[in-house]
Amino acid sequence: MYLTLFWTFFKIGLFTFGGGYAMIPFIHSYTVTKYNWISEKEFMDIIAISESTPGPIAINSATYIGHKVKGIRGSFFATLGVMLPSIIIIILIASFFMQYKENIHVEYAFKGVRIGVSILIINAAVRMFRKLDKNILSYILIFIGFTLLLFDVLSVIYVIIIGALIGILTQILAKQRGEEDVS
Amino acid sequence: MFLKLLELFATFFKIGIFTFGGGYAMIPLITEEVLNKGWMSKDQLIDFIAIAESTPGAFAVNISTFIGYNQQNILGALFATVGVALPSFIIIIIIAKIFHHFSENKYVIGFLNGAKPIIVGVIFSVGLDFILSSVFGIKEINLIKNIIINWKTIFIFVFVFSLTRIKERIHPIYIVTISGILGYILFGIL
Repeated sequence: MYLTLFWTFFKIGLFTFGGGYAMIPFIHSYTVTKYNWISEKEFMDIIAISESTPGPIAINSATYIGHKVKGIRGSFFATLGVMLPSIIIIILIASFFMQYKENIHVEYAFKGVRIGVSILIINAAVRMFRKLDKNILSYILIFIGFTLLLFDVLSVIYVIIIGALIGILTQILAKQRGEEDVS
Repeated sequence: MFLKLLELFATFFKIGIFTFGGGYAMIPLITEEVLNKGWMSKDQLIDFIAIAESTPGAFAVNISTFIGYNQQNILGALFATVGVALPSFIIIIIIAKIFHHFSENKYVIGFLNGAKPIIVGVIFSVGLDFILSSVFGIKEINLIKNIIINWKTIFIFVFVFSLTRIKERIHPIYIVTISGILGYILFGIL
């Protein structure tokens, strides 16, 4: 069983390019359709939990499904499985890349690649923006996050903590106001 | 060397705790840590991000392995990668064991309602910073007057950006390949 968990998540890790959300259909077809390790509803729960906890969805779902099937050891083998292909492939590429990074032809290509990557990051931000609830608060927070980081006012972690605290405060205040309205 | 391995582990553990919303949300944290610690230049980091986006598996694991390997070979790769995965591993096991209604908790919802938009702003900021650096040669925002107008980099930017607007679901690996080919043609051949 541990081996099946390991091997299944190894395949998921090996065959998904682009990580994260590209993995969801793969994880679904193996763990729900093929092996019946979790139900459709549990799968949806895992996606929701992954979105509300830190860390990549691949590791979150491997840990959760592994735990469901075989406890903590199951988590360990599933997570190891999903990570191992990346670790092996990247180490191979890295040792290769380090030899060629000074190569002038590689540098020409990477002058272009750096621009492509910058665009990918902006597009990712646009996609995440579309998924947000659009209200005054989120626009203000986007602006605060953007400005504080662009001008190097605070480090990223503090910026995130400020956002989270404002979010929690707003939630508590909204709740109190809701209760006053009822009474 | 052991201290350096511990530093890699601790740095990526910290990054793992604060990565909400998948791989791209990690880029601002990694950029800050790597540049502040002087592990590599911004250009080199962007190269690594490009490769991590174009290889199989989770981006978070790829980029941590890559940076760890660059710093301290295979042991470095392992320490960084275990560091980045451990927070999620621990948190998910706690949730799976005792805290089933985690995502419906009002404090969790409040936390995310605040953290998610601010992270979007932070990612926009890093994206803009990378564009200023790769297209206009501006390495820091306060050096904006040193702008370099280069038609080659501007052409690549406009071309690839339009491409991603026309075909939105285009895979990162194509973007990396196309912009690499353009870079090679414009800088290497022309």
